[in-house]
Amino acid sequence: MVERRPLLTFLTHAGLIIGIVVVAFPLYVTFIASTLTVEQVLEVPMQMLPGDQFWNNYAQVLTGGSTRGSTAPVGPMLFNSLVMALVIASGKIAISIISSFAIVYFRFPLRHFFFWMIFVTLMLPVEVRIIPTYKVVADLGMLDSYAGLTLPLIASATATFLFRQFFLTIPDELVEAARMDGAGPLRFFKDVLLPLSATSIAALFVIQFIYGWNQYLWPLLITNDESMYTAVIGIKRMIVGGDALTEWNLVMATAILAMLPPALVVIFMQKWFVKGLVDTEK
Amino acid sequence: MASIELSNIIKRYGSGKLSNQVIHGVNAVIQDGEFVVIVGPSGCGKSTLLRMVAGLEEVSEGEIRIGSRVVNNLEPAKRDIAMVFQNYALYPHMTVFDNMAYGLKIAKMDIAEIKARVSKAADILEITPFLDRKPRQLSGGQRQRVAMGRAIVRQPQVFLFDEPLSNLDAKLRAQTRLEIQKLHRELGITSLFVTHDQVEAMTLAQRMIVMNAGVMEQFGTPEEVYNRPATTFVASFIGSPAMNLLKAAPDAPHGTIVGVRPEHLDITDNGWALRVDAIELLGAERLIYGRWLHGAADEMVTIRTEESAAQPAVGSTIHVTARPGKVHYFDAATGQRRELTA
Amino acid sequence: MEKRVVFRSSWLPYLLVAPQLIITVVFFFWPAGQALFYAFQRQDAFGMNVTFAGLENFEYLLNDSAYLDSFKTTAIFSLLVASGGIAIALLLAVMADRVVKGALAYKTLLIWPYAVAAAVAGVLWGFLFAPSIGIVTFVLKQFDINWNWVLHGDQAMLLVVIASIWKQISYNFLFFLAGLQSIPRSLIEAAALDGAGPVKRFWTIVFPLLSPTTFFLLVVNIVYAFFDTFGVIDATTGGGPASSTQILVYKVFVDGVKSADLGGSSAQSAILMLIVIALTVVQFRFVERKVNY
Repeated sequence: MVERRPLLTFLTHAGLIIGIVVVAFPLYVTFIASTLTVEQVLEVPMQMLPGDQFWNNYAQVLTGGSTRGSTAPVGPMLFNSLVMALVIASGKIAISIISSFAIVYFRFPLRHFFFWMIFVTLMLPVEVRIIPTYKVVADLGMLDSYAGLTLPLIASATATFLFRQFFLTIPDELVEAARMDGAGPLRFFKDVLLPLSATSIAALFVIQFIYGWNQYLWPLLITNDESMYTAVIGIKRMIVGGDALTEWNLVMATAILAMLPPALVVIFMQKWFVKGLVDTEK
Repeated sequence: MASIELSNIIKRYGSGKLSNQVIHGVNAVIQDGEFVVIVGPSGCGKSTLLRMVAGLEEVSEGEIRIGSRVVNNLEPAKRDIAMVFQNYALYPHMTVFDNMAYGLKIAKMDIAEIKARVSKAADILEITPFLDRKPRQLSGGQRQRVAMGRAIVRQPQVFLFDEPLSNLDAKLRAQTRLEIQKLHRELGITSLFVTHDQVEAMTLAQRMIVMNAGVMEQFGTPEEVYNRPATTFVASFIGSPAMNLLKAAPDAPHGTIVGVRPEHLDITDNGWALRVDAIELLGAERLIYGRWLHGAADEMVTIRTEESAAQPAVGSTIHVTARPGKVHYFDAATGQRRELTA
Repeated sequence: MEKRVVFRSSWLPYLLVAPQLIITVVFFFWPAGQALFYAFQRQDAFGMNVTFAGLENFEYLLNDSAYLDSFKTTAIFSLLVASGGIAIALLLAVMADRVVKGALAYKTLLIWPYAVAAAVAGVLWGFLFAPSIGIVTFVLKQFDINWNWVLHGDQAMLLVVIASIWKQISYNFLFFLAGLQSIPRSLIEAAALDGAGPVKRFWTIVFPLLSPTTFFLLVVNIVYAFFDTFGVIDATTGGGPASSTQILVYKVFVDGVKSADLGGSSAQSAILMLIVIALTVVQFRFVERKVNY
C-alpha cells in the first residue's frame, strides 16, 4: 500500500526495540551477575560488563551448589529436570494419543463418560488439589522418586483435546481405504494416524517439555532428598536470608542453567512452539 | 469524474538481481466516464495493474494520472477513488448502513448528508431493507450490492472493480452484470473493471485492455477486439469457441498463421479438405472438429454450424470455406497481426 | 463432530483409554474427592481424628478477614497481571505486525520468556528489585524513590505483578499476532480506501475484530494469575510482607503445608475449584461462540 508515514514506522521500530530491551534486560543482568564474584555482585551499583568468574561460578554450582545456601550440586538437578521434562512430555503424548484414538475411532459404551472425565480434569490444576495429591503420592511411596515427580502430571486433558480435534479433521476416506487394504485398528494407528500426527506431536512435545522442566510447586512438595531436586527448585534453595547473605552470583549462574534448555527449545523449534501454543488453547 | 492515464507502467517485485518484473510497460488512456475492462488469464497482472491505480501497490516505474494529478505517491484515500473487492471486504462487525457510511464519517461529513447519500445508494441498489443487518446475515449477491453501495456513496472520480462477480453463481453473475451496466449508464463514473471472464469483458466494456503475462496486447472496443485481434493471444482469448489458428492452411503465405473463427467457416463443395474427427451437439449449435485431409494431421479445425444444418458423418470428408473478410493473418514468429493486401 | 467410520472392538478401546483413566482417577479424582471430603471435616489438635463439620470450614473462611484479604489480593493481582499483560502484548503485536524488515528477529526475541519458569522469573526480577543491591533499586534511588518491597506491601505487589507480566507477554503476544494476521487484508485495504489512517483503522476495524482473541486472553491470563504464578510468589515475597501478596493459591499452600490445617486448606481448595470451573465454563462457552467472518 502506498502509505508514507515515516514517523510511525520509526516509532514502531523504536517501540519494538524498547520492548526487546526491557524483555531482555533481566536476562542480561542475570548473565553478568553469573560471571562475577560474590563481592562484585553485592556492589551497588552492580557493574554492567561481564566479569571473569564465568568458568569458576558455573563449575562451582554444577558440582557443589552454593556455599551458604543449598550445597546440592546443580549438575544432578539439571539431570532431574531433564528426566522430568522428557518423561512428562513423552508420557503425556503417549497416553493422550492412544486415548484420543479410542475416543474418536471407536464406539463403545461409556465413551462419552470417559471423555467427560478427562475434560473435567481441566478444572483441576495441581494447585487446587495440592495436599490430597501429596498424600496419595506419599501413600504410594512415591515421594522423592521420578515416578512421583512425573506420574501425577502425565494425564492431561489439553493433549487429549488437541489430538481429538486433529483426528476429527482427518477424512473418513482414509479409514475406509485402510480398512479395504485389510488394516486393523492398530495397524491404522501405527501406519496412518501416527505419521499424520507428526507435526502435532512435535508441537505438543515442545510445550510439554517446557511445562515439565519448569514445574515448581509439585517438585517442591514431594522432594526432600537433595538428590531429587530439580534445577528450578535448586535456585530457590540457594536464596537464604537477606540480600547480602545470598551468593547471588551463584544463584544467577544456576538460573541461567535452568533457563537455557527450554529457551533453546523455544528458539530453535519456534515453529512447533507457536503451533503447539495455538493448537492447545483452541 | 476523471480520465486515467497510464504511462509506461512497470511493476517489479524484489530488487537487484533477484527482481521479478511482472508488468512490462503498459500505456493506456482511459477517457473520462468510460467503462474499461481489463481482461486476461490468471496471473497476467490485471489485478496488480488495478491495485496500482488504487494505490494498494507501489508503481516501480512510470506514471499514473487520475484527472490531471500524478497519483503515484498519493495514499489511496487521497486519490478520490472507490473500489469493489472480489470478496466484498465488508466490515463484519458493522451494519450495512455503517459499512456504507464509514468513509463518509471519516471525511467528517454532516450526518444528514450521510443519511441522504446512503439511502439514495441503497435505493438504487435495492438494499434498503438490509440497512440494519450485519453482512453475515446477507447472501452473496446482497453483500456484493452493499460493496457497490459503499463505493457509490463516496461519489468518487473513479470506480475500481476487482473481479467482483467471480464469487457469484452463474445466474447471479448475469443479473449483476446488467445492474452494473445500468449503474454506469445512470452515474457515468469512469470505471476500471478487472475480470478473467471474456464474456463479462465483451458485455460490459466500452473498451477493453487485453493482458497477457504483464503485457497489454490490445486496447480496443469489443468490436475491434473481436473483429481485428492484434495478436494470436487476443484472437484465441476472445470468442468462444476459440478462433482457429492454423499453421497448415493451404495457400497461406509462408511464415503466417491463418486465423478464422469457427462461426465464419461454412461447409461447401470445394475449399479446404478436412476429415471429420468428432462432432459435438450443444443444443442450438453444433461443433464439428476436422483434421486436414492432406498433411499436418495433428492440427484440428473447428467449425460451428446451426443445429438445423445437415450433419456430416464422422470420418467423412468435408470442404470448408471461410467467409470473405473474416480471415486474419498473424506473423508466425511474433504472433502480431499482419495486414495482407490481397 | 462425530466420525462416521469407526472400528469395532469390544476390548481394545478400553485398553487404550486405560492408562489415562487410571492416572486421572488416582491422581485427580481421588485427591479431588479427598479435598472435598476434608473440606467438610474438622481435625482435632493432633490431626488424628476427623469429625464431620458440615459447612463450618466454609463459614469460618468466609468470615476470616485473612481469607477475605487473600481474595481481594488475588482479585487485584489478577486484574493487574491480565490487563497489563494484555495491553503491553497488544502494543508489541501491533508494532510487530506493521514491520516487514526484521519481523522474524523481533518475534524470536520477544517470545523466549515463555520458556522461563515462574519461579525463575521471580528470582530474576527479585534480584533487579532487591532492596539493598538491586540495580533498579539503585536507579530509583537516583530519582529519590525509596524502594524496599520487604517493608511496603504495595511495592511487593508491584514486584510480583511485573515478574508475572514479563513471563506472560510472550504468550499474549503470539496470540495477538496470530489474531492480527487472521484479519483479511482486503478489510484493511477497504478501510484505507475509505480514508482511514493507521490509527483510525486500528480502533475502528482491527480492535473490534480482535475482540474474540482479547476476551480469550483475558480469561487465560486470569487463570494464569490465579495459579501459575505460585512460583513467582514463593521465590520472592513468600506471600509477604504481612500477607500483602498472599494470593489464594498461595494461602492454600501455606495453610496446608506449613500449618497443616487440613480442613481449612481443603475448604480453600474447594472454593478454588469452583472458581476454576466457572472460568473454564466461561472460556469454553465463549470459544464456541467465536465470531466468524
